[in-house]
Amino acid sequence: MRRFNWPLWLGFLLSVVTFFSYFAVFIWYPVTRDFPWANLLLFLVAAVLLFLGLRRAFTSDRRRSKILAAFVTTLGVVVIAFFLFAFFIGGRQLPASSGAPQVGQKAPDFTLTDADGKSVSLNELLSTPVNGTAPKGVLLVFYRGYW
Amino acid sequence: MRGIEQNIEQLRAQGIRPVAISVDSPETSRGLMQQQGYTFTFLSDPNAETIRRYDLVHAGQGEGGHDIARPAEFLVDSTGTVRWIHLTENYWVRARAEEVLEVSKLLK
Repeated sequence: MRRFNWPLWLGFLLSVVTFFSYFAVFIWYPVTRDFPWANLLLFLVAAVLLFLGLRRAFTSDRRRSKILAAFVTTLGVVVIAFFLFAFFIGGRQLPASSGAPQVGQKAPDFTLTDADGKSVSLNELLSTPVNGTAPKGVLLVFYRGYW
Repeated sequence: MRGIEQNIEQLRAQGIRPVAISVDSPETSRGLMQQQGYTFTFLSDPNAETIRRYDLVHAGQGEGGHDIARPAEFLVDSTGTVRWIHLTENYWVRARAEEVLEVSKLLK
């Protein structure tokens, strides 16, 4: 009798959804962004489901179900592996930045254009009042950008 | 940067001005500010000159092989001296606003 292999498809769906959930949801919360434990847990559930689905297909006699299950499981594993690679290996591919200003050094001055097209220098940022009083400091946040 | 915006009142109350810097054009930054509701300053360094001076270039990572900035945070005091640095080892991991608030208490 041919039965729908729900653990297989649920496992696959979960691996794909989990992959995108990091960028859509978990990236917005520091706890789940800095270490993707939520994604790892979901991936673990997905892997178990895929394994159960694969086992189920291989206990049947149908050759086509076995091939399909092997194919779907492989795809799911690739999705999981790609995420792990992107996070734990790809994310660490950063320049050393050993020449970056150190604590105690003067921050190099700059003049850049703000979002309104106005020229702004570091000195101005350090002297223009914040909340009506002289600023105690400027937090420079360099980011990759959206281009 | 969302963490900064969520803590913007506390940061300003402590006299800290957050400033975001990237190779994005002012137009892109304006779009980002509107979309995300960011209220702090965004600066555009299209040729990565300032990013290079701070040794933060991530070569060839941008569109068409352009240089962009690696994520990094600096707290600079009113005399222009660097008081705290955060150079992440993994670009998914960023400094938390709470950490910045802690350090900024030490500034005079």
